[in-house]
This record gives sequence, structure tokens and C-alpha cells, in this order.
Amino acid sequence: MKKITGFLALTLVAVSLSACASGNPLATPTAGGGSAAGQAIVVGSANFPESELLAEIYAGALKAKGITVTTKLNIASRETYVPALKNGEIDLIPEYTGAFAKYLNADADTSDEAAALASLRAALPATLQALEPSAAQDKDSISVTQATADKYSLTSIEDLAQYAPEMVLGGPPEWKERAAGVPGLEKVYGLRFKAFKPLDVAGPLTVQALKNGQVQAANLFTTDPAIKANGFVVLDDPKSFFGAQNVIPVITKAKATPEAVAALNGVSAKLDTDMLATLVTKVVVDKADAADVAAEWLKANGLS
Amino acid sequence: MNLLWEWLADPNNWSGPEGVWARLIEHLSYSLVTLVIAAVVGIPLGLWIGHTGKGRLTVVNLVNGMRSVPTLGLLFVAVLVVGPLLAGDVAFLGPAIFVLVILAIPPILAGAYAGVEGVDPGVRDAARGMGMGELQVLTKVEIPVALPLIFSGLRSAALQVVATATIAASVSVGGLGRFLIDGQAYRDYGEMAAGALLVALLAVCVDLVFAAVQRLVVSPGLAAPNDSPRLRAAPQPVPATT
Repeated sequence: MKKITGFLALTLVAVSLSACASGNPLATPTAGGGSAAGQAIVVGSANFPESELLAEIYAGALKAKGITVTTKLNIASRETYVPALKNGEIDLIPEYTGAFAKYLNADADTSDEAAALASLRAALPATLQALEPSAAQDKDSISVTQATADKYSLTSIEDLAQYAPEMVLGGPPEWKERAAGVPGLEKVYGLRFKAFKPLDVAGPLTVQALKNGQVQAANLFTTDPAIKANGFVVLDDPKSFFGAQNVIPVITKAKATPEAVAALNGVSAKLDTDMLATLVTKVVVDKADAADVAAEWLKANGLS
Repeated sequence: MNLLWEWLADPNNWSGPEGVWARLIEHLSYSLVTLVIAAVVGIPLGLWIGHTGKGRLTVVNLVNGMRSVPTLGLLFVAVLVVGPLLAGDVAFLGPAIFVLVILAIPPILAGAYAGVEGVDPGVRDAARGMGMGELQVLTKVEIPVALPLIFSGLRSAALQVVATATIAASVSVGGLGRFLIDGQAYRDYGEMAAGALLVALLAVCVDLVFAAVQRLVVSPGLAAPNDSPRLRAAPQPVPATT
């Protein structure tokens, strides 16, 4: 009896763990359903606040055009949601040109905005379409504390090569295996860190680990308000390892009706980096609801 | 399934600081530290409540309330609140151990308290009649008689802790949970399945070890009948909530 209950408890833990980690795979649709459900556009997002916010903005802009939309937010890392996008479980996702291009093709040239966009369009599966990119960029970065930067006089990722063996790098768990993560940093910059510590997706754990010295260098997003708040130093990326990262809507071709494309390109036309950073600050620092922030922005820009 | 066997068959996945053996040792050490802390808190408190009957309502209700705290939620709160006060790796490990201790105390306390309270009043009176002091009554009569239930509490706590220690990986700490979290992040189903299987096997092994120890230390006069009402009243393990 005991053993059986034990197994049950374990199964529960395993199941609930995987459920927690993947966000909410059974997220309730925020709108739509009914007869038009088959035609509804399912908007997904990655598991960090900016991605959720952008997904809410896309969903709001589509709804404003009378398109039925459902959302599946906070799915997980790219490794998880891209298969879902290919299978048609989700139809639309906010992406970043360079990062997505590198995910699809590890050797993609993402050194400038045009190259990143061209690489992405070339690498996309035939069923998917990358619409117009926005001017807004949010890059991955290697960031250090001001004290670390002073100690080793660091300004760029290149400067790290000499000190990396004494440093612990922190980042999202998927970085351990990703071309745009630990393996790529070693290949492009020759960085061999003492260890890699899997944290969260540039979220509060990462900020705390960097601040308290559990890691000496960490992956943060350049739009992250925590960088300014904590005086972190974003190291320059002279080899364009993280490349150009324009926010771009990627959609299933079957769902890319002219109205939908117009609505999404309308969002891209209005979005820039500073504005994106301001909106992310509202969500992350002021704890505003992403859907509310999205609705407010759409209204202010005449997109709702 | 193939993914699972391939992952398990790859010797690279077993060796090194991120291999199965290293993770297993981490997992066991977290669980052991947790159980020791929980036992140091839970057993004396349970014995005291069972023996004196004092504080029963307050402590038992409080501790039962602890069972309903979602461990994963508490973990994130603990890391974000307590983490900044600690230096080094303890900033993440400390909160992880803390929430596991919170999970482990209720069954241990319940076992100790129910065990002592369930001692036949006649036996207790007889012990007093023989001239034993209160401490002697507790150590020479009540604890030995309560031992099956104390162990049963420890066993369910151990099972829950070993199974739940996987959540430590969600705040960057090691243990077998790393295979679940990392496998999920880069979509390696074999690694995830292997992690789940290893945790399950470990929990069963730990339970068997506890069963063997229990058989060794409990007085044979108490341990024999499996159908004794006292054993049937053993606290049931509560499925871990995360």
C-alpha cells in the first residue's frame, strides 16, 4: 500500500512539475470559441514577461480588426513553442529576428538588422511567415555588476575571455545546449566559464543571482529595467554574437489573412525599443497586467 | 521510450559533475539534511504534545495547515525574500531546504504525537506505579511503544521529501530535478523521462531502507501483527502539492 501511494505521490510530483515548468498548457482562451473557433488565430508566447506583453498586443490588434483570437501565453522556451508553431497548435508568436534565425540555423548571419531578417526568412519552414519587423530590439546580453566590470576592467564580451575560467555564468536552462548560449559563446568568443548555473529566463532569479554574486556574469535582456535599477553593465558584443533582434510577428501562412497581416504590421510600424522598454517596465516593475498595458498602448496608438 | 533508454545507456549522462551519480548524491544530501532538521523539530515537539497533551489544538492545527502550503509557490517566495540575505549558493539552497522542511514536519510530528498519545493509559499508569518519573515514562515506555508510528511518520516524510526535492532545480539548485527542468527547457524527452524514473526508483529504495530499519529497531512485540489497529491508524502520506 505504502509503495503504491509512494508511486502515486511521485507521479503527481513529476506531472505537476512538468506542468509548472511549461507554464499553462491548458490556458483558457481569452476570447473567441463558438462557431469561428476553427478560424481563430491562436497567439502563443514564450515564458518571459516581454513575450507575453507582445502576444497581448498582437491579440488586441487582431481583435480590433474583428478577428477571433485565443491566447496560449507563457508556453516555455523556443525549443518548446516552435514545434507547437510548426504543428499548428499555435498560429502566431512574437519573435526576435536574430535569435529565431540562429535557432533555425546555427550558422545564420545575424550581424545587422537586414541580415538577420533575411536569414530568418530563408530559414523559416514553408508553413510559416515572418511579417514586417518592428524597430524595437531586445537583445540577449552578457551583463555583469559594476563592481565586476571595474575589477576586471570589462567593457566587452571579448574582455571576458581571460577571466571567464574564474566566473560562473547564469542564464536560462536552455542556454546550456543552445547555439545562442554556452556552446556559441565558447565557439565565437572562446569563453570557457568555470560553471554554468541554470536560472530563469532573465527574470528575478537571474537578477538576484547576479546581484548577490552566485553568478558573476548573466544573461539579461537589454530592455530589462533591472539593468538600470541595479547599475548592471551590459557588455558590448563586437562580434555580433547576439546579433540584431528586432521584434517580429511570425505567423502560420494558413492564418495570415490580409486583415491579420495589416493589423500585425500596424503594430510593428509603431513599436520602437524605448517604447518597448517602457511597456516592459510597467509590467515587471509596476506589476501592471500585461493585457491592460497592451490595451492601453493599442488605444494610444490608434490600433484598437 | 527509446529516447529514455538511449539517454540512460549513454555513459556520458552518468559521470561528471552534471551526471546522474553527482545529481543523485546532491538529491540524497538535500533530502537527508531536510529530514534531520524536520526530525529535530518535529519529533521532540510531537513527543511533548503527546505526553503532556498541551498545545495540541494549536500546534496540530498549525502543522496541519502547513500541509496545505503549495511547496513550489513557497519556494519562490522564500528565494526572493530570504535569498538576498544569504551569500553564495546558500541563497538558493537554503530556501529550498526550508520549504522541504515545511513539507516534512507535518507527517513526522503527527507520527510522534499520535504514537505517544495512543499509548494505552493502563501501560502509562503501570509505569508510574513502578515509580518511574515523567521522563522515564516517556523514554522507557511511551517512545518504544510509539516507535512504529514515529517511523511511519518519518517514512512518509522521507518519501515526500525525496519526491519533492526535484523542485529545488527550478531555483538553480542541483539534484535529480535538474534533469526534469533542463530536459524540459531544451526539449529532451529522454532526459526528462530518465529524471522522472530515477526519482521514482530512488523514492522506492528510500522507502525500502526505512522499512528495513524499522523492522530492526522496533520491538518485535510491537511490530509483528500487520493488522494491529494501531498500525492501521498510521498517518497516510499526503501527495505532495507543488
